Amino acid sequence: MTTESKSLFSGLLNALGDLGFFIRRNLTGLGYAARMFALVLVRSGSLLKRPRLVSDQVLFVGNYSFVIITVSGLFVGFVLGLQGYYTLQRYGSSEALGLLVTLSLVRELGPVVTALLFAGRAGTSLTAEIGLMKAGEQISVMDMMAVDPVQRILAPRFWAGVMAMPLLAAVFSAMGIIGGWIVGVLMIGVDSGSFWSQIQGGVDVWRDVGNGIIKSIVFGFTVTFVALLQGFEAQPTPEGVSQATTRTVVIASLSVLGLDFILTALMFSL
Amino acid sequence: MQRSKNDVWVGLFVLVGAAAILFLALQSANLLSLNFQKSYRLIAKFDNVGGLKPKAAVRSAGVVVGRVEAISFDDKSFQARVTLAMESRYAFPKDSSLKILTSGLLGEQYLGLEPGAQEQSLVAGDSISNTQSAVVLENLISQFLYSKAAEPGAAQAIKDK
Repeated sequence: MTTESKSLFSGLLNALGDLGFFIRRNLTGLGYAARMFALVLVRSGSLLKRPRLVSDQVLFVGNYSFVIITVSGLFVGFVLGLQGYYTLQRYGSSEALGLLVTLSLVRELGPVVTALLFAGRAGTSLTAEIGLMKAGEQISVMDMMAVDPVQRILAPRFWAGVMAMPLLAAVFSAMGIIGGWIVGVLMIGVDSGSFWSQIQGGVDVWRDVGNGIIKSIVFGFTVTFVALLQGFEAQPTPEGVSQATTRTVVIASLSVLGLDFILTALMFSL
Repeated sequence: MQRSKNDVWVGLFVLVGAAAILFLALQSANLLSLNFQKSYRLIAKFDNVGGLKPKAAVRSAGVVVGRVEAISFDDKSFQARVTLAMESRYAFPKDSSLKILTSGLLGEQYLGLEPGAQEQSLVAGDSISNTQSAVVLENLISQFLYSKAAEPGAAQAIKDK
């Protein structure tokens, strides 16, 4: 065997080894995430006795995200109204503007854009908060004092996120419809009566609004859990916390978009 | 004090969120108008329903008086069997007729109900036999072409070209 083919062979072996390591590391991460998820769910029982813990976190992730969600919803509605009108008037059916705006918001944009904004606004602050707690060794101290950090820190934040997400998504969609109405009816001059009657004739409570709410609940689970896990697993250093915050946004956004495709495909076939 | 202040804000947030869900359900969808009005069922058979869909409106004189509840196929008469949910506050004569109409040029299809002259009214479970099918554009075009072709001189005109 020549030296050249030997080095090629060892290079191939190394690549295989790297691949194995990569797969194993990700599998371990997935297993760990699943175990933590189950742990959070199991340890949530005691929150029923102390609902204050959850409501304080709802203030933190819900109320403080309210303004950004409201304003974004309004502007997305404005833009949908303008762009939708541009396309619809070519086919002489600008009365369907309300239906177009409502369906795209309720079925798709409301849950997805809210989840992305929620990951950026609330998810990052959850990760940074928990990461800094870890860096300040507050979590180790809790462990020493026999206070379960999963129960005391993760569970209330998790349920607060799960509760806040659907409410925020509904506010986003409602504001978007109002935005579309402002642009379509007040500025462009689409007939107000047909704007609303098209919406009422074309939107179904369960198939459209209900599925949108289911989506936003699933996204609430995903984004909040990713943020908490990244914070809990962050290296307790300034770099570690900043990396964890970045990973929260990347992983949460990608999983929201991926899950959205899966959910939409499932709901379509039903 | 700080605590109860927080609770007020959280309560307000939940209230606004719930109001938004309610707005979506009531204002943009048809939860109220559909489910809480009493209705009676009628059955109508059509040779062809075209693009008629469940939940399409039944209109009389342009006013919505009911909705299409279900459309199925009857393999005895090979016709479409349309179940209508009519609002209870409206009654129509037994010999009323139905036809499938289109709103606008390319709009949704709906059922037009024309009242007859009999004194007895339709009651739940009655069927309406006097129906007119949807206009199928392809049939219309082929009828037009055949009638054109059958005109005297049509063959001559083709030959001349």
